[in-house]
Amino acid sequence: MSSNAITIPGAQIEARPWVDELHLWLTTVDHKRLGILYILSALLFLLIGGVEALIIRIQLMHSHNNFVSPEVFNRMFTMHGTTMIFFVAMPVLFGFANYLAPLMIGARDMAFPRLNAFSFWLSFLGGLLLYFSFLGGSGLYGAGSAPDVGWWSYAPLGARAFSPGHSSDYWTLALLVSGFGSIGTAINIIATILCLRCPGMKINRMPLLVWMNLVMAGMVLLAITPLSAAQIMLLIDRYLGGHFFDTQAGGSAVLWMHFFWIFGHPEVYVLIIPCFAFMSEIIPVFSRKPIFGYPVMVAATVCIGFVSMSVWAHHMFTIGMNSYANSFFTLTTMAVGVPTGIKIFNWIGTMWGGRIQFKTPMLFSIGFLFQFLIAGLTGIMMAASPFDWQLSLSYFVVAHFHYVIVGGILFALFAAFYYWYPKMTGRMLSERLGKCHFWLFLIGFHLTFDVMHIPGVLGMPRRIYTYEPGRGWDTLNLIVTIGAFIQALAILVFLANLVISYFKGAQAGNDPWDAWTLEWSIGSPPPVYNFATVPTVASRRPLWDLKHPEDPDSHYE
Amino acid sequence: MKSSLCYSWRIALLIFWSARLLWAVEPGGSTAQNTSIFSPASTPAKSIADLSVFVLVVTGIIFLAVFALLLYSVVRFRGRAMDGGREPAQVYGSMQIELAWTIIPTLIVVVLFLATARVIHAIQDAPEPAGALDVIAIGHQFWWEFRYPKLGIVTANELHIPVSVSAHPTPTFLQLLSVDTDHSFWVPQLAGKTDLIPNHPNRMWMDPQRTGVFLGQCAQYCGTQHAKMLLRVSVDGPEDFASWVHAQQKLAVEDAAAIAGRRVFERNACMNCHVVAGTRADGRFGPDLTHLMSRATIAAGAAENTHKNLRLWIQDPSVIKPGSLMPAMKLSDADLDAVVSYMETLR
Amino acid sequence: MSAATTSFPNASPAWDLPSRGKVAMAGLIIAESAIFTIFVVAYLFYLGKSLTGPTPREVLETPIFYTICLLSSSLTIHFAAKSLERDYTRLFLGLWLLTIALGGAFLYGTAQEWHRLIFEHGLTISTNLFGTTYYSLVGLHAFHVTAGLIMLLAVAICGFAGHMGVSQSSRVAVLSMYWHFVDVVWVVVFTVVYVLGR
Repeated sequence: MSSNAITIPGAQIEARPWVDELHLWLTTVDHKRLGILYILSALLFLLIGGVEALIIRIQLMHSHNNFVSPEVFNRMFTMHGTTMIFFVAMPVLFGFANYLAPLMIGARDMAFPRLNAFSFWLSFLGGLLLYFSFLGGSGLYGAGSAPDVGWWSYAPLGARAFSPGHSSDYWTLALLVSGFGSIGTAINIIATILCLRCPGMKINRMPLLVWMNLVMAGMVLLAITPLSAAQIMLLIDRYLGGHFFDTQAGGSAVLWMHFFWIFGHPEVYVLIIPCFAFMSEIIPVFSRKPIFGYPVMVAATVCIGFVSMSVWAHHMFTIGMNSYANSFFTLTTMAVGVPTGIKIFNWIGTMWGGRIQFKTPMLFSIGFLFQFLIAGLTGIMMAASPFDWQLSLSYFVVAHFHYVIVGGILFALFAAFYYWYPKMTGRMLSERLGKCHFWLFLIGFHLTFDVMHIPGVLGMPRRIYTYEPGRGWDTLNLIVTIGAFIQALAILVFLANLVISYFKGAQAGNDPWDAWTLEWSIGSPPPVYNFATVPTVASRRPLWDLKHPEDPDSHYE
Repeated sequence: MKSSLCYSWRIALLIFWSARLLWAVEPGGSTAQNTSIFSPASTPAKSIADLSVFVLVVTGIIFLAVFALLLYSVVRFRGRAMDGGREPAQVYGSMQIELAWTIIPTLIVVVLFLATARVIHAIQDAPEPAGALDVIAIGHQFWWEFRYPKLGIVTANELHIPVSVSAHPTPTFLQLLSVDTDHSFWVPQLAGKTDLIPNHPNRMWMDPQRTGVFLGQCAQYCGTQHAKMLLRVSVDGPEDFASWVHAQQKLAVEDAAAIAGRRVFERNACMNCHVVAGTRADGRFGPDLTHLMSRATIAAGAAENTHKNLRLWIQDPSVIKPGSLMPAMKLSDADLDAVVSYMETLR
Repeated sequence: MSAATTSFPNASPAWDLPSRGKVAMAGLIIAESAIFTIFVVAYLFYLGKSLTGPTPREVLETPIFYTICLLSSSLTIHFAAKSLERDYTRLFLGLWLLTIALGGAFLYGTAQEWHRLIFEHGLTISTNLFGTTYYSLVGLHAFHVTAGLIMLLAVAICGFAGHMGVSQSSRVAVLSMYWHFVDVVWVVVFTVVYVLGR
């Protein structure tokens, strides 16, 4: 068996003292280590954000509960949302992009390794800054000065008049800092993909994961920056006496909403598109067929990238826009469902006629397909703006977006973990624990988020620390809470799997899944230089060509 | 394979039980506690409910179709041991299929959009008829101010509006304003929600077709006590509405027995925040108390309007609604009893 | 587990990919353009909406001279970069310093204008909506000019130390992309503030 690696005969690899190891990790510019750092920091914030969610769910377990005070509750839902979006979802996806993109294009590292490290540490620092807010102000028991304005910090609630003290500033500064990190990573990803592809890897031969991360990075440049701009304006209002969002001086609260959602909507596509990328790599391998309709998948992704920039005000259907504006955003929001639906059909088309292997990555992928379908359809429901006039700001929306983020993004991420963990560590994750994790999480997820739609339809608004008895919301909320704890248990199983398999998992070898992209042609974990000789490719599945020289893809492309 | 079948059964059961739960609480009647969007009592809410059913049917069909395809592919194309490691036919795609599943969804989008646009215009661009009642709703942290400009009425938190019969429609048109942050007026049975945004007046309407009490609450996070900014809309028959209006238009009752309490009220800066029409109290920061006892609840629905709650509220609002902007006035027990007695004369 | 026994096909002849510096700078320019767009949108949205205070028409004076300075600096930096490609290091340094001087003149002009607005007309960032949006937009641009000047100075210092040669020309090209961007933004800001806004 050949391996694209350089071995030095007689060389001894000694274990480094732990201080040196730590120093190596803290000063690394290697995309693989930075990728792992991103992923580990995301897992840390996942645990913290998860605890915040459990606190929310315990408080809402029944009406008029007193588990936490309203002040603490409001900080919990603000921190939960902010943490999960900015310090879990974005970092973990950047982490996978960082790790995989150079490997899949046959490069030795990202285009700008030092910028890569700088961007990671900015992102991590932003997270630390956000959590330092708990210690600021009146200290930990009173939940300190953590922000309590919701993760959107709507004007004028975020203004000095309504948010005195510094809690709002922690929110603003933490996101500004990590936002600059995200822009740095996005620039790096684009430069890497456009400039460092190995010979033969034309733009239409790149793996779909690479394509989708390219689109994602482009969107980051255009989506994160409006938020940064709006936050600079907020700081000017709060500290320099500006009036950008000062309604008493003629300023507009609606302007903040527009700026925020011009960021906020493309942001959720920034989060889901890398998950589409995972699905487009994993489903073909476990169906034993190439992705169905590669060019259409690329076109659909680019189309989503553009159209998603025109739908933002569907988050603002209740603010009193005129009927023409509401109709426009209804149309564009429904329209963006078309390319999204096409992708679901293409994944099913990939499975069709295949020989599906139900390993853990594939189980999570099938879960993704089912749940993303439902999430997309509840999105179409809310795209119909009159329907949204009832559903908006209620638990129906909360159920919808958690369906996308947990049922879609997190399931795809779990699939990615089980699929690429062997490559990153050289060990297989336990299939038994993986299946246990899958079923437990699936049950908990559906218990929580299927049921959660119902209180929304029954009139329960979001962001309330308690509710009235007799509205019919009590039992439903109890079920939702129980499901949350089942999911928490499943996460613990997952973490145990990650740790135990690191020490006791089966050796993975180069290519445990019999896959077709370049990362599977080198060792697990890969050598620090990735490829001893830069590969040359002639098709979209270079390893398929190597394994099937009698029938390579290059004959058909 | 066993696991995928078990999996689909679990989902089916879950959906079944969820549907049953939803059905169980979706009544046809008008119990005060029901706030389902699917038991509308007013034209906007009904138009929305009808559109929603249409959208649900369309998306339901899409779901069933795609779910069937997914289920079929998972079951039919599962890898079996007897395959012996052979790879299946490597199909790259099909332009005809891609076109089909692009065109059909696009057509569905067009149909849904047209159905929706009709309802948007019907609700938002409805002209205000001559017999309509005008109400101005002003959002505060954490209570509602309601003004009836043509009737000279100012009240708080509990809205009384006339029932509107089709023979002689008397819808209520609300203008929505805010003095501080964003709020949202949501009474699900009467209409979709519309936000109250400072410096951005909004407009909505409702024409309840039956009498009764309809509940709702603020839906846009507005600060600490967003959760307890409740709404209580009383839809009255014509006589009841007329007598309510008549009572609200009067100045505050002057009960000589409550003079001590009134002095406490005026001495302790209460009058700087509250209006009691016909007296010196003319503060606008807090709710109008002229006809406090005509309301079923206090503190925007946070507590029932009883002697005990009233006393507790005045003694220390943060017990009932921590984060409310009314301070505890630190009254002595005697003063407290006196002012509560005074409040209870304000019918 | 699979066995890949053959090696990859031979390298294809010409494999030319864009330079990563230029792609990265293009990415940065796209991101920055989005930020500026938001500030421009806010400026345009709030035109005529100030409740009090001086209006643009009352207090703004069109800075023609300083605009010419800044836009000419695009020309000088272009020729400086061209000179470096041909290894005319002294000409490069001269044009480079001229660019810095022109950019510095522009900043001086901005400072002068702000001094006049604050002390003669009482317009500050907190006066009214016009003040807030004007100082933010023009200030954001001036900040980017300053950042650019610092980079230009760093290159000038390298030039004086004798380190700038034809091998640095691609880096200088990337930096001059940024400088051109700053000038284009000024064209937009100028049009919005001094032409449309009055």
